[in-house]
Amino acid sequence: MAHGPAKGIGRWLFTTNHKDIGTMYLWFSFAMFLLGGFFAMVIRAELFQPGMQIIRPEFFNQMTTMHGLVMVFGAIMPAFVGLANWLIPMMIGAPDMALPRMNNLSFWILPFAFALLASTLFMEGGAPNFGWTFYAPLSTTYAPSTVNYFIFGVHIMGASSIMGSINIIATVLNMRAPGMTLMKMPMFVWTWLITAFLLIAVMPVLAGAVTMMLMDINFGTSFFDAAGGGDPVLFQHVFWFFGHPEVYIIILPAFGVISHIIPTFSRKPLFGYSSMVYATASIAFLSFIVWAHHMFMVGMPIGGELYFMYATMLIAVPTAAKVFNWVSTMFRGSLTYETPMLFAIAFVILFTIGGFTGLMLAIAPSDVQYHDSYFVVAHFHYVMVAGAVFSGTAAVYYWLPKWCGRMYNETMGKVQFWISFIGFNITFFPQHFLGLAGMPRRYADYALQFSDWNMISSIGAFIYGASQLLFMFNVIRTIKAGTPVSEPKTWEGAEGLEWTVATPAPYHTFSTPPEVK
Amino acid sequence: MSRRARMLFALVLAPVMSLASMGQALAEDAQRWAVNMPKGVTPVSNAIYDIHMIIFWICVVIGIGVFGVMFYSMYAHRKSRGAVAANFHENTTAEIVWTVIPALLLIVMAIPATSALLSVYDTAEAEMDIKITGYQWKWQYEYLGEDVAYMSELTTPEEEIYNTAPKSQYYLQEVSQALVLPAKTKVRFLITAKDVIHSWWVPDLGVKKDAIPGLVNETWAYIEEPGIYRGECAELCGKGHAFMPIVINVLEKEEYNAWLGKKKAEVAAVRELAKKTFTLDELMAQGEIAYNRSCAACHQINGEGIPGVFPGMVGSAITVGDVKGHLDIVVNGKSGTAMQAFGGQLSEVDLAAIITYERNAWGNATGDLVQPIDVLKFKQGQ
Repeated sequence: MAHGPAKGIGRWLFTTNHKDIGTMYLWFSFAMFLLGGFFAMVIRAELFQPGMQIIRPEFFNQMTTMHGLVMVFGAIMPAFVGLANWLIPMMIGAPDMALPRMNNLSFWILPFAFALLASTLFMEGGAPNFGWTFYAPLSTTYAPSTVNYFIFGVHIMGASSIMGSINIIATVLNMRAPGMTLMKMPMFVWTWLITAFLLIAVMPVLAGAVTMMLMDINFGTSFFDAAGGGDPVLFQHVFWFFGHPEVYIIILPAFGVISHIIPTFSRKPLFGYSSMVYATASIAFLSFIVWAHHMFMVGMPIGGELYFMYATMLIAVPTAAKVFNWVSTMFRGSLTYETPMLFAIAFVILFTIGGFTGLMLAIAPSDVQYHDSYFVVAHFHYVMVAGAVFSGTAAVYYWLPKWCGRMYNETMGKVQFWISFIGFNITFFPQHFLGLAGMPRRYADYALQFSDWNMISSIGAFIYGASQLLFMFNVIRTIKAGTPVSEPKTWEGAEGLEWTVATPAPYHTFSTPPEVK
Repeated sequence: MSRRARMLFALVLAPVMSLASMGQALAEDAQRWAVNMPKGVTPVSNAIYDIHMIIFWICVVIGIGVFGVMFYSMYAHRKSRGAVAANFHENTTAEIVWTVIPALLLIVMAIPATSALLSVYDTAEAEMDIKITGYQWKWQYEYLGEDVAYMSELTTPEEEIYNTAPKSQYYLQEVSQALVLPAKTKVRFLITAKDVIHSWWVPDLGVKKDAIPGLVNETWAYIEEPGIYRGECAELCGKGHAFMPIVINVLEKEEYNAWLGKKKAEVAAVRELAKKTFTLDELMAQGEIAYNRSCAACHQINGEGIPGVFPGMVGSAITVGDVKGHLDIVVNGKSGTAMQAFGGQLSEVDLAAIITYERNAWGNATGDLVQPIDVLKFKQGQ
């Protein structure tokens, strides 16, 4: 048997162990989640009442921008990379990731990227203030000079994501246990394999977009400047060619997690494994050909508008197939409601609601009224928070006993679930109303008719924010003092290789590959 | 039904019912607690509303079906109730059914969506054209062919925004001059921007279109009902994004024609005024008003700007340097920065007053006096 972990800080700095790196990704992502959440609390506090109370509009824009960037690139993406690191080798019976040193590098450049980004808050001119979508020319000609730090930060994050993806693809394609054919891989592995290909395809596009910005700002080019023969709409095409696959990059691994948890607590196999795989692949394919539905108002020719509307509506088919699959898995199962299952069920309900509003947004004529309103804000928080964050939380509760050999407090977990669920809905459901009634997004201040729903939404946000502290407390308490568990299988209905190793999972697992029948 | 059951039923259905019946609710409450989009006053906004409701109800029905099955199994197939898991999985028939049915529903949705989109795009045979230009952070309306153009800016005072005065009814929804339009006329809007991307959104008209520098987008409205309609900028455009509302005053055709005649006479009068010679006091007084309206958002009321973003004007090279340079930057702006070209936005009188004010306020005691005629000559001379 190989050696155990090194001692002291060196263990973390130089580690090439997938479990250590996974742990670091998860803690990093949680730290970013709290930071981005703090920005959200500032936003909701300012919007509690009409009028400017605690911050000024220019700082409000920095908050919305930083909230989006930190949550998407700092919290959600690293969370799922962390889960991938911990779980993929254990799920496919591999001793570690295929490229362990690169694994270390891809994690350790991330804190620097976010330190660069966050440091702009303290610089003259302030942090980026042009939204997480950073449309030119607001992000080029009209940007604060700190935009260069933002660009460098994005480059580093992109490099980290690409390295992570290469590693996942190399691991999944080369290191599966004998007998584990592609169509026997666990769903989480499948969704990550597809996600990794998406990342490799679109991260360079994002890098291209920010590099063109860098050239426009510092070297006199005019990619996005109409006065120099460029085109501001080109920026949006490039950005969303990255940005739309990006939302599936975030949600596909979440689908994977849910496809493990629901069968476990239904004590019944996933209803349609192969159709889930095909649905995931078709969603990934469609994600490349629908980007301009984010741009229905830029004045596209009607042919383009119609094409992007029809193509976007098509996404409903494979997505609906997934939801039907989860529901059929539960049907005639033997259900219990531990915390991970509660989060998974909430995921299905709320993600479906987010899917409905997504379908509404796809309808180009009615998008005239939805576009850039709070309806959109409500929609993507139903998908990103109730989708990605809920499933991430579910995953932590589900695999935490395996990781640390201790059981979390079930009552506290359930309490946290209900506070999160109620707080989330109080925050974001009224935002549908605000948007339909005509409140645009990214508004530092608003007309009086929007006062009441905004106040309710802010109250919900504080409740939801507080519930995350309870989550942190529950996890830390579990690691320090949770009830020890030692059976390999924590959950009665759990299936998969990760549940065949000892609990807590030893530092090195599957030094000799298992046989999969 | 028992009382409790009825209450539960009402609670569950409340969000759905309120969405559907909001139109009938009392006007004031409906506005404050509005949960649905306005029907609006144009054929397009009505078409949008209809398709929005069709899709909404289809989603409600699907939702009831899917969640119904789910809640049923959550209740009936609990382990604590002694449920034993079945072991079925993979059923090709089921999977074909739940692929084909959504696909058919999508076709049902696509038909009305396509026809609504065609009408959104149908700008042909407009009876008049309005050019709309977005600036940080105001709108310019130009009546093409009528020689009438003006800026429309927020008039809500800072005191209301920063909570030192009570907020009026139309807080953040009132402007210096509304866009005036005739009712029952097909109006085409040509929309562009001078600096960053803005978006011109008036929910009651069913109109939203991005205003993009270097491009001209078009859309249209045929407004049935005279009245006041309010809208907003919908694309993040900097710190004043929430502070550049749209107000449209729709008049009957005859009233509109009378208004347009009066407006043309006003334009001629302002042009005449530019030939007059003003005193320093007159220019300073007018300059303060015009500066606070058009310049203070960036350079601040005290002229100190925002370090690192907007340059200060107290003792700066431009405000106490050569008058020509000062004229140039105000009239032509500075390309590659947020400084706009105000030559086309403001009257000669306002431009002269602002320059005079900037050269003599906040301790910039140059004593320079710039007359409207100087501005005119500068514009013509370049």
